[in-house]
Amino acid sequence: MKLSEKAEEVLEALWVAVEEDGQAFLDPEKMGFPADDPTYRELTGHALIEIRQGMVYFRPEGREEGKVTIRRHRLAERLMMDVLNIRGDEGEYKACQFEHLLNEGADVKVCTMLNHPSTCPHGKPIPPGECCDQARAQGDLGIVPLTEFKSGQQGEIAYIQTEDNKKMQKLMAMGVLPGNRIELVQAFPSYIFRVGYSEFAIDTNLAREIFVRK
Amino acid sequence: MATSSTTQPEAPRTEGSVKRVALVGNPNVGKSVLFNALTGAYVTVSNYPGTSVEVSRGNAVIGGQTWQVIDTPGMYSVHTITEEERVAREILLKETPDVVIHVLDARNLERMLAMTIQLIEADLPVILVVNIMDEAERMGLSINLELLRQRLGIPVIGAATARKRGLDEIRNAVAAYGRKPVNTFNYSRLLEHDIAQVTQHMSGSYIMSPKSLALLLLQQDEEITALFKEWDRDGYAALAEKVREITFERRESFHMDLSMERKDIVRKLIKDVIVAPEKRVITLGERLSTLAVRPLTGVPLLLIVLYFGLYKFVGGFGAGTLVDLLETQGFKEHFNPWITGVIQSLIPWVIIQELFVGEYGIITLGIRYAVGIILPIVATFFLFFSILEDSGYFPRLALLVDRLFKYIGLTGRAVIPMVLGFGCSTMATMVTRTLETTRERVVATLLLALAIPCSAQLGVILALLSRVPGALAVWGACLLLLFIVVGFMAARVLPGDTPMFYMEIPPMRLPQLSNVFTKTYTRMQWYFMEILPLFILASVLLWLGKITHFFPLIVRWMEPLMAAIGLPKESAVAFIFGFFRRDYGAAGLYDLQEKGLMDARQLTVAAVTLTIFIPCVAQFLIMKKERGWKVASTIGLFVSLVAFGSGYALNKLLLITGLLA
Repeated sequence: MKLSEKAEEVLEALWVAVEEDGQAFLDPEKMGFPADDPTYRELTGHALIEIRQGMVYFRPEGREEGKVTIRRHRLAERLMMDVLNIRGDEGEYKACQFEHLLNEGADVKVCTMLNHPSTCPHGKPIPPGECCDQARAQGDLGIVPLTEFKSGQQGEIAYIQTEDNKKMQKLMAMGVLPGNRIELVQAFPSYIFRVGYSEFAIDTNLAREIFVRK
Repeated sequence: MATSSTTQPEAPRTEGSVKRVALVGNPNVGKSVLFNALTGAYVTVSNYPGTSVEVSRGNAVIGGQTWQVIDTPGMYSVHTITEEERVAREILLKETPDVVIHVLDARNLERMLAMTIQLIEADLPVILVVNIMDEAERMGLSINLELLRQRLGIPVIGAATARKRGLDEIRNAVAAYGRKPVNTFNYSRLLEHDIAQVTQHMSGSYIMSPKSLALLLLQQDEEITALFKEWDRDGYAALAEKVREITFERRESFHMDLSMERKDIVRKLIKDVIVAPEKRVITLGERLSTLAVRPLTGVPLLLIVLYFGLYKFVGGFGAGTLVDLLETQGFKEHFNPWITGVIQSLIPWVIIQELFVGEYGIITLGIRYAVGIILPIVATFFLFFSILEDSGYFPRLALLVDRLFKYIGLTGRAVIPMVLGFGCSTMATMVTRTLETTRERVVATLLLALAIPCSAQLGVILALLSRVPGALAVWGACLLLLFIVVGFMAARVLPGDTPMFYMEIPPMRLPQLSNVFTKTYTRMQWYFMEILPLFILASVLLWLGKITHFFPLIVRWMEPLMAAIGLPKESAVAFIFGFFRRDYGAAGLYDLQEKGLMDARQLTVAAVTLTIFIPCVAQFLIMKKERGWKVASTIGLFVSLVAFGSGYALNKLLLITGLLA
């Protein structure tokens, strides 16, 4: 099933309204195009939604499709930010265009490359796909930024991901090198970690760039 | 800070015969302690990274010969990033020391050996001092120094310099130093190939080995690149081209690859050298540390420390009891009447008598302020401060406030100059050097000039205002508000990003009393020597102004200004004093209060205005030195305006609300 871009946007909006904002339906007014727009006909034609008294409701199949669509959107956002380093409105805009390409298995590849992220850059959850469930089942939760650790948790440094060479060197000078053991001592108000017998304090921005294996 | 008079910050080219030994290493490993032990001088030693921001030099007789010992700021790697690191490497590059002592922390041998490798690789005459052995042993670590010596091929000495352990061995090693065949460490074939590609374009003989220079070039070290431009005028183009080629090829991860290769070399080096206990030993210091860094316990701890240390000890005991004893009983009741009698009987001319013992007399005012009021306050403050410094509390405070400081364009790192500012803003302005970006340095300099009272001022104000309920709170709230508002605005106005925060957290240590006292004494001496001439000068100027009737004129000119902020005209005197030094102005305020010239509202307004008011001459000069005259004068002007503006606003506010009435 290949939906138009507009139809995917309706599904996403409906999914957010129902699943995250706890509403029963979506008011088509909010989409900016009226209820008699052909987009809705396309969706009802696929038996994904139904329109009652002018409001948009999910059909069971539509709910599933909406979840997959929102997942693609949020993965695209992550890709823009984490890998391509395109942030802000620009990133958002590019993500909106890019998400429509993430079908037919492309989403699985991107999700795996991003190491099955659980939240989008705005902190909203990314609905897990099959690939995520599989990875979890294999116990390979993989590599997470230090910010995901809990106080007292230990791990091994996997890699440092930063654009800034100086930052990289700072971190390396602190002994933050792949393969070293690291223990998160405290996470608030600053991150304190221990490598060897030294303790260092860093801010969230730096902590986000240290990736650790649990 | 190198504030001791026995050390010279500038680089003197000593006569050729004097040999030189340079101390290098990571921050907070005890280089300055070793420097002090070798030279018998005193440079400030504390328990936080970045205590020394300047190079210090001193002489020592080692093995019957005079050596110049050079203490350097800490550096993490031969490839430098920050300002102090550059200063340290400068010594290695420009001064060709005869011996380089690499001091490192035994507990972090593995991490810090990476730099030893770099120094050996650079063909520098290295001695390795594995310091802080005592703490390592307490943690159950055992280190086979003999094995390490064999593998490194250089002298390796275990020491605990703060406990005077290992000093003789270090001296012997320096005296007996002979250049040995250098042990070179081999990198992977790929990297060695890249290095060879670069070194083949080097023709001269350099201070460091071509190999280490090649690596620095490949790390795109700006300073080294610039040096090569100077050294190899002809060959530079080819060299630069090669470097560009390789750095582009390996752009993905050169720094990381190099660090990983060095880590591997170190791992092989320390195999069987360190034996760590199965279970980490948790020391008492670590438990205390946990209390200090958790917000839930850390904030109350901070308040307790401030209450007892600052309010009770400095404000109550120093500015209260001691000042009372020295100033009121010592000077006013006994010394001044006596000296006035003596001077009057010695010098017949009233005018000259006035110079020494008059209203603004050098002895009755200048010396009385300096010795009777400032000295006891500064002494108690520095004592309190030194204890905190040596315990390792400040880096913990830094991480507690980092999040908040980000709002005012600073990182937690700026806590150290800020708290130092409570001691003496002049000193603190110098320490802003340890901050990463110019933007941060400017914000910190501004806030230091504006909202941070120095110890003498603080002491006097604590003592004065604590007599009036609520006044201290109003004063504190005003400064805090100003600190936040001005910082917040400066962060918006000044260009640039908020830099990252990172800081090594040294272990909590029990302060060594001997160091605490020496440090307090050195700082007091330095402070006193700095203020005394200015206080005397101020007395002379005031006397001159008085006999030429110029001074009353200025006071009259300032009257409208004083009236505008609701102060009696006599308080103009304190403000004129304040021009000379902040603490002098505060002492003037103390005098006014003694005379009963001010009510609670006026006292509070005066205290706030004086605290904010322009920085003293010394601080202004340092600001000019560190930030340039443009920034310095802008800050000076801004601060003066804000001072009177806030004084005016506060006065009105207090009048309207009837607070403190």
